[in-house]
Amino acid sequence: MNAMTEIDSAVLQVRDLRVELPGEVDVVSGISFSLQAGEILGLVGESGSGKTTLATALLAHARRGAQIVGGQVNVGGQALLSLDGETLRRARGSLIGYVAQDPATALNPALRIGHLMRETLAVHPLGLDREAQQVRIRETLQDVGLPDEPEFLRRFPHQLSGGQQQRVMLALAFVLRPCLIVLDEPTTALDVTTQAHILDTLRRLCKRQGVAAVYVSHDLAVIKDLVDRVMVMYAGRIVETATREALFSRPSHPYTRGLLAAIPDVAGRRELQAIAGHAPAPGQRPTGCSFGPRCERFTDACSRVEPTLPVDVAHAVACWVPHEQPLQAVALTPIASVAAHTQAPLLTVSALNVAYDRQVLFDINVQVQPGECLALVGESGSGKTSLARAIAGLGENATGALSYAGQPLPLQARRREAGQRHPIQYIFQNPYRALNPRQTVYQTLSAPLEHFFAVKGAAARQRVEAVLMRVSLPASVADLYPGSLSGGERQRVAIARALLCEPRLLICDEITSALDVSVQASILDLLRQLQREGLTLLFVTHDLGVVRAIADRVLVLKAGRVVEQGAVDEVLDRPQAAYTRTLLAHSPSLG
Amino acid sequence: MNEPQTRKGLLITLLVVAVALLGPWLAPHGPTDMVGPVYGAPTGAAWLGYDFLGHDVLSRLLSGGVSVLWMSVAAASLALAVGTTLGLLAGLSRRRLDQWITWSADVSLAFPDLILVLLIVSMLGRAPWLIVLTVSIAFIPGVIRLARASAVAVAGQEFVEAAQMMGYSRRRILFKEILPNILTPLLVHFGNLLTWGVGMLSGLSFLGYGVAPPTADWGLMINENQAGLLVQPWAVLAPAVLIGVFAYGTNILAEGIGRSSAGTGAKQP
Repeated sequence: MNAMTEIDSAVLQVRDLRVELPGEVDVVSGISFSLQAGEILGLVGESGSGKTTLATALLAHARRGAQIVGGQVNVGGQALLSLDGETLRRARGSLIGYVAQDPATALNPALRIGHLMRETLAVHPLGLDREAQQVRIRETLQDVGLPDEPEFLRRFPHQLSGGQQQRVMLALAFVLRPCLIVLDEPTTALDVTTQAHILDTLRRLCKRQGVAAVYVSHDLAVIKDLVDRVMVMYAGRIVETATREALFSRPSHPYTRGLLAAIPDVAGRRELQAIAGHAPAPGQRPTGCSFGPRCERFTDACSRVEPTLPVDVAHAVACWVPHEQPLQAVALTPIASVAAHTQAPLLTVSALNVAYDRQVLFDINVQVQPGECLALVGESGSGKTSLARAIAGLGENATGALSYAGQPLPLQARRREAGQRHPIQYIFQNPYRALNPRQTVYQTLSAPLEHFFAVKGAAARQRVEAVLMRVSLPASVADLYPGSLSGGERQRVAIARALLCEPRLLICDEITSALDVSVQASILDLLRQLQREGLTLLFVTHDLGVVRAIADRVLVLKAGRVVEQGAVDEVLDRPQAAYTRTLLAHSPSLG
Repeated sequence: MNEPQTRKGLLITLLVVAVALLGPWLAPHGPTDMVGPVYGAPTGAAWLGYDFLGHDVLSRLLSGGVSVLWMSVAAASLALAVGTTLGLLAGLSRRRLDQWITWSADVSLAFPDLILVLLIVSMLGRAPWLIVLTVSIAFIPGVIRLARASAVAVAGQEFVEAAQMMGYSRRRILFKEILPNILTPLLVHFGNLLTWGVGMLSGLSFLGYGVAPPTADWGLMINENQAGLLVQPWAVLAPAVLIGVFAYGTNILAEGIGRSSAGTGAKQP
């Protein structure tokens, strides 16, 4: 096949696309690629890499303040960037479908599903009569795996589960039979089982209807079984593009390898390597290679000229010194030996029940050994967070008994004595809400010191600086407000606050789920370091890969009941419960 | 202070306050001296003319601002302090205390402000501190509603839970963790309260329940001179304009402060 015909058959063609912020600061630039009908492209990068900017630019849209200043986007033979007004609106939807990240906010809550579908068909002149519209809607609903009966069409979005809502979003995109679909992390809010089903549906539909898709994700493991080709973005540029097989077997760009090395894999325990440093913000990129300052293979040549992405190569890398060998995983041994059960447990939970308007936990019995990391695993609604909160004393309507180091522990934090409060610390899921935005880091960190240990003034300053060093933050962070910290830095401050209380048990509630994979790797590394220093961890998560990486023992929860517990390798390699097997089968893996 | 709006509001407010504070020294006549004809038109000697008893309007205007200003500021501050405390308590406790506070606030909201103030003043007298107290009582329910609603949104955030788990005292959680985060809407509301306070105090004077004649007072001046509105409009217009300008100034000042202090908060991704 010569180059001409290949270009002709491309459904999507992007040439030299450039999006700028005011002041000629480029968010993304020099983007060129093309997609064939039925081909699925994974667009991967961490937050701030420009992947969402690129995805929306494919619809000729730029967020407020940004502007598409150059290049071409051709979809199905139409030059999209030259359209405006009514013609552009027609092209969006009928030529390109878009599926947003959070279906709960993307669907109008006041409209019924049937209304949403009919409205989508009505605003695009397809020339379908009423009868044909009904048929089209029914077909599309069947395609995406939703019931097509009239009762379902009369429902409101809030009456559906998260997975069903995302299927409705898919149906709204596919009902117009577009030639390209852009999906912006559509499964991040979903459980692994639901995610696996949605990805499966998406792949089947794209292949059957010949629809090209661009799937934006921050997690390489998620897209491994979905996409045909992968494009890795860093600092607004494409740094590597290759077929799926080539990219996962022989990743060449140091950044791609860094991403892969940072992802915890459920298939086997290996050392997670974080990428040091931060991605540069738009306008602050160094001369030469943007990844240079974080790269191990940095040479003088890298700082002089920016490497460009070769065109017309199947496996293209924008790097002067690309890797040529496959990635080697470093095996890792667990910290606490599970056999050491002779000690008295640090924490015992017996016959714990929690009920709000319905019961969420049924008769839970758990023992936590000193020095181990126990993972609580389950999907949303399994009660894992309720259990963690009850242990921390934040749970309401809990009954049962807790005992800490042999002493009975009241269920409400308010009733606990100060001597029982500081050894049990809790770190919250969302680092953006866990720190008071109106207090400096020093104020946040010095408060527990004064409260528990009556340490003030210079001594407090000293301890705060020491703990900041322990969580790998510079001492200068102390005088900043949380607003000027990144998500990973905030989570480190939250960990520092817990550490200042001199805890023996640290409860971590999905503390890495809001963070990028490379930041997650560094936080997990920090937690392992703390565990080595004698801390006991209770780690709540939905990600079995993280469990494999950090935990010694695991407890699987389903609908408020413990379905399985045991040593990590035992449970993950030889699962006994059917539920654990389903979870494992649907967990994304690099292996 | 960087925003032009804040500076403009501050300038206007300070101007009116300066007129009220320095006015008594600048006035050409005493506020109760009868120096000219009844409803006499403005002349070179009396720029704003004479009022219903032949007082110099300019002199009464310069002498009559202090009472309305200090009373409105005192009433608004008192209402803000009490209402915020109760609203924070309600927002954090979310139990029986919350129900009780919210219920009482709702009941008193149903009662028209001015009627309530009139009722209390006509029963208990017209001492200035009593008027301040009653005006602030009329304002408190609104502050409670605002403070509670803002506090509930903040109290659900994890940093408040973290503070509860550490076992910090309730007072510390209320005033150190939550209050700084809801200060912005409260400050804006304080500006509104000042405006309403000036309006209500002048209204009381106008109805004859505020400051007793023959004392000079902007609200009272409007009341006294209404009969001569067509003959000598300045006697009514001048105090009315000053009240309006003060209300405008405090309002945009509070809004500016609110806007700039909101900017220092965290940006959610």
